[in-house]
Amino acid sequence: MNNLVKSFLSFVLVLLALIATAKVLAIGEIYDFSSPELLERYEELTKELRCPKCQNQNLSDSVSEISDDLRREIHLMLEQGQTDQQIKDFLVARYGTFVLYNPPAAGSTLWVWLIPVFFALAGSFLVWRVLLQAKQRPIIAEGDEEDLL
Amino acid sequence: MSVFFYFALQMRENRAVDELTSVLVDKPFPDFQLPGLHNDFHTQAELAQGQVTLVNVWGSWCPSCRDEHPYLTQLVEQGVPLVGMNYKDTPEAALDWLDYFGDIYAYHIQDRDGRLGLNLGVYGAPETFIVDKQGVIRYKRVGVVNERVWESEMKQVYLQYGGLINE
Repeated sequence: MNNLVKSFLSFVLVLLALIATAKVLAIGEIYDFSSPELLERYEELTKELRCPKCQNQNLSDSVSEISDDLRREIHLMLEQGQTDQQIKDFLVARYGTFVLYNPPAAGSTLWVWLIPVFFALAGSFLVWRVLLQAKQRPIIAEGDEEDLL
Repeated sequence: MSVFFYFALQMRENRAVDELTSVLVDKPFPDFQLPGLHNDFHTQAELAQGQVTLVNVWGSWCPSCRDEHPYLTQLVEQGVPLVGMNYKDTPEAALDWLDYFGDIYAYHIQDRDGRLGLNLGVYGAPETFIVDKQGVIRYKRVGVVNERVWESEMKQVYLQYGGLINE
């Protein structure tokens, strides 16, 4: 095996090892929950909510202090019996809709939802047009191909 | 297409910053009853006693807080009331810091576990709020306060709500 392939393979191995350990490391404090259902909701919420400081990390992955605080608060609110919606509202009232990775389909964030729909429709329309034209174009006989080039 | 994405990204960046800073503006300063740093005790009501106040979120662990300290000192010298919110700090470290750099604050609110910070949407230090005479938040600055920021944004808000400056 030549050296280049070897070094590439060892690089891939190291990378895989790093990814594997990253998954094992739990971040921040580990909370006890009174029921497995609460733990499940906690994990879902912290994955769904964004760390206000780090812009592109969710609360469950972030090591920043503020994420620690927010996780602590979410744990507390879950144990107090608050609903997911109440918890999200609490955070939005303080940090804005920014903390929601899924922005609400209203107000300033409405276009985020509408534009992809528009592009999907426009794209489908284009594909349909191209296909239609291809269908209407006369089929070229094999011998004629050279003339076209 | 790429032009569209460029503008969409630009808009998104601005929106993110705006949203983080604006949610609490025009809302009353959250309720609190917290110790100060000098065997004292403070509540939200003190921020609604008829003067426009700057509330500065700081910590001895925060390098940028040192950077803004000289300019905050200038503002205090001009008669701007300044209250410190000592955020996620220990009283010992905070008092050492104040001994070294100078305690220019009227008083401090000790937010050791960051709960008041959370109610204020704080996500770091320094941050500075302008609170009006009735205790309503009118402005929030994330990051260092310096001459440029004061002159271009904060001073206007401060004066608009009746804040006083000794010229």
